[in-house]
Amino acid sequence: MSKNKSEYLINRHDNQYEVVIGLEVHAQVTSESKLFSTSATKFGAEPNTQVSLVDAAFPGMLPVINEYCVKQAIKTGIGLKAKINKRSVFDRKNYFYADLPQGYQISQFKDPIVGEGKVILDMPDGQKEVGIERLHLEQDAGKSIHDLDPKNTFVDLNRSGVALMEIVSKPDLRSPDEVNAYIKKLRSIMRYLGTCDGNMQEGSLRADVNVSVRKKGSKEFGTRCEIKNVNSIKFMQMAIEYEANRQVDLIEDGQTIDQETRLFDTKNNETRSMRSKEDAHDYRYFPDPDLLPLEVSDDFIENLKSEIPELPDEKKKRFIEKFKLSPYEANILVSDIETSNYFENVIKKSDVKLATNWIIGELFAALNEKNLEITESPISAGNLSKLINLIKDGTISGKIAKTVFEQMMEGDKDPKKIVEEKGLKQESDPKALEALIDKVIDDNRDKATEYKSGKVKLFGFFVGQVMKVSGGKANPQLVNEILKKKL
Amino acid sequence: MSDITKQSLSELVENIKCKKLSSSEVTKAFVERSEKSKELNAYITEDYANALNKAKKFDEKPNLDLKLPGIPMAVKDLFCTRDLRTTAGSKILNNFVPTYESTVTQNIWNEGAILMGKLNCDEFAMGSSNETSFFGNVQNPIDKNLVPGGSSGGSSSAVAAQLTPITIGTDTGGSIRQPASFTGTVGLKPTYGSCSRYGIVAFASSLDQAGPMAQNVKDCALLQEVISTYDEKDSTSIDFKRNEYSKELTKDIKGKKIGIPKEYRVDGMPKEIEDLWKKGIEYAKDCGAEIIDISLPHTNYALPTYYIVAPAEASSNLARYDGVKYGFRAEGENLIDMYEKTRSEGFGAEVQRRIMIGTYVLSSGYYDAYYLKAQKVRKLIKHDFDEAYKKVDAILTPSTPSSAFKIGEKTNDPVSMYLNDIFTVPVNLAGLPGISIPAGHDAKGYPLGLQIIGKAFDEQNILNIAYAMEEKINFKNNITDWWIK
Repeated sequence: MSKNKSEYLINRHDNQYEVVIGLEVHAQVTSESKLFSTSATKFGAEPNTQVSLVDAAFPGMLPVINEYCVKQAIKTGIGLKAKINKRSVFDRKNYFYADLPQGYQISQFKDPIVGEGKVILDMPDGQKEVGIERLHLEQDAGKSIHDLDPKNTFVDLNRSGVALMEIVSKPDLRSPDEVNAYIKKLRSIMRYLGTCDGNMQEGSLRADVNVSVRKKGSKEFGTRCEIKNVNSIKFMQMAIEYEANRQVDLIEDGQTIDQETRLFDTKNNETRSMRSKEDAHDYRYFPDPDLLPLEVSDDFIENLKSEIPELPDEKKKRFIEKFKLSPYEANILVSDIETSNYFENVIKKSDVKLATNWIIGELFAALNEKNLEITESPISAGNLSKLINLIKDGTISGKIAKTVFEQMMEGDKDPKKIVEEKGLKQESDPKALEALIDKVIDDNRDKATEYKSGKVKLFGFFVGQVMKVSGGKANPQLVNEILKKKL
Repeated sequence: MSDITKQSLSELVENIKCKKLSSSEVTKAFVERSEKSKELNAYITEDYANALNKAKKFDEKPNLDLKLPGIPMAVKDLFCTRDLRTTAGSKILNNFVPTYESTVTQNIWNEGAILMGKLNCDEFAMGSSNETSFFGNVQNPIDKNLVPGGSSGGSSSAVAAQLTPITIGTDTGGSIRQPASFTGTVGLKPTYGSCSRYGIVAFASSLDQAGPMAQNVKDCALLQEVISTYDEKDSTSIDFKRNEYSKELTKDIKGKKIGIPKEYRVDGMPKEIEDLWKKGIEYAKDCGAEIIDISLPHTNYALPTYYIVAPAEASSNLARYDGVKYGFRAEGENLIDMYEKTRSEGFGAEVQRRIMIGTYVLSSGYYDAYYLKAQKVRKLIKHDFDEAYKKVDAILTPSTPSSAFKIGEKTNDPVSMYLNDIFTVPVNLAGLPGISIPAGHDAKGYPLGLQIIGKAFDEQNILNIAYAMEEKINFKNNITDWWIK
């Protein structure tokens, strides 16, 4: 595939526009307790049941940093091949809102905990590197609920103070597809690390999307708009498409683009202005005097490095080199840690090639149909590996294996037992097969004659007939061999 | 004993320990005197009945090993006290009852003391005369219509008038030392990080410190020993080896080097203050200390620096008082309207002034010129002290540029009010300990204080110097009980 073929460009009249995208991803840190308090962080708890005096900003309450969240952020930084800053500073971002009890969010502005890094995307036309600008730790706000009462707004502070990592990419993304790949890769890395569960439905991963357009070949960036708080990949892609086209239309119309913050309206599939640059908040950032600068030692970082598991890129490399998988297969199998774990469990005791095909083919299709995750698979890795061994040693044919597989999907049954109970064992006795084949040839004398006179295509017909008569149990390889002789 | 309230804390502790007095007798005496002293307006919230009950309970099973056995105590209303209203002197917290206890007060109760009530203070500790309190002026027991200083004005008044044997205040720019100076009492601002800020209503987080306010240096040392603890709940609390300040207290300061900073001879300083300072130098020499002239070249910039840093932090710290979660709420058409009305009606003029100054200096486009520059100057001020402490063990200055002034005298002139903190503010900016001790009277007979500034974590040294000088000075407060009818 040529590079140009997959290039995402917007054509208007005689002009071609390139789309420039940067993402600010907000990833909720996987942690039992909040960033600066000991409150729980469980999703879906009754409103205001996970709120400490610190989270609700009572007078005289002070934040105390949760070391675990710091470790999680640094691990993520290591996963992003990023520079870990041994000294970082928490700042206050000041603004008033009902679900922001302190009247400020504790964030990191000038000195984030993680600096520049990178993420590698596997695109159809090759790899693409996306730069990471920074990663910083910050508090989440609470939740305002406006639709429960005509006059009042309800506030749930369960989320108030939960630790977030804001991961800012460089403006390196060029298409909705790349955004899709980027989010998935980021999510995959964090799930490997156990630093963010990446659950977008629960809001554990959301993004502000910066979009600008420029004429193809131009070196300068256009004026960007920021689309706030988009919480699914699909919506991100739709928002980018809409926003890029809107900007191109403005330019083509001779107008200028205002730098502004926009919202994506998922009902009408459009972005709408939220506030202009002039109306932008003055957050009055300054270092939080309640917290000392965060300092971590080389040892602290080295210890965390030793806890880092094999990450998708390295795993992919190993799968290709050690198991001779294709890059395509390896990509699929390493995309999330559960899948790769499953795969590695299956191949502990069975053939790699067959396992790869069965997982990517049958298993994924079946899970997809039932809308199940790999972790919810009715077929355990152990039993799938048994099934593969039954194929490999000739006990059953691939075709019969599919029948067995279907039964296994109904409940995690031992494939050997299914084969025994249903009498599905492959017929590999040459004498029995010869008898079968003789009968088939006998019943189809005319076709046998045609075959002999040169119509070799009919060979398949005879194989099919034998299989049919045997109820699918005949060993296909032996059938082939005997048929060739007999015909 | 009819003169219970005239006894110092140390005497009361001793008398309770050897069972000459019961906690109930002591508590009753202070409660009765407090009740007769309403005109001083030192209390915002009284908790006398509970105090008497607790005293009774203490006497039933007295633990005489404690450092403050059954001692009644009223505290500044900036400390959150469990189940007792805590207002910070503000309408906006008029109805606020904490479910939690500040670390400093908890330390005090853990040593056997009993809470009598909450003492008046400037609103959110912003003021130098206690005139910004929503709960009204406090009278200085020294003279009618005289301010007790601020912001810990209720505390200084209550200690001087012997409504409480001892108390605690907070000091952000002088709020312990200046009122101590105005009332002829002793006030210590400890090293930043010595006393936990947990549960203290915040004014300016990088400057706020709690500290003892007492009738004498020994009492002050005892309370400092109780309140200064390392606290994991305050990230700026420092884990250093704390002395047993009262046990280790000594008047032997022979050979101690005491610095006299020339920059503290400010323009227009009254001769009385100059004379007091000279006298102080003589007292220090009498005690065997060596006097050394030093320079703190950036002293002039301390006050402007303070009035950028403190309001900046305050503007953010006070954002939580928005009518949403607790405290006063004014009804509004919508959220913004509710915020505006709540904060306009809930905060007084001085607090609003400082929130506006703070918001301004942090604003985009002004941040570098004000806040960032102020932080740089703050470093220089700290560096001045570091340099000085290479040559001296402590520094002696006046506590304030004048004695107490009349109520209303400076309320329309914020800058002249701010100038009151000129000698105390640099100490907060540098995070150092400072103690004010009464050292003489002006022509009107009003008390004047001297300040001894120490190295960080060297509270013991300045307490010792204060202890030695206290004996030489032999200060007597002229309090006539004019307010008791």
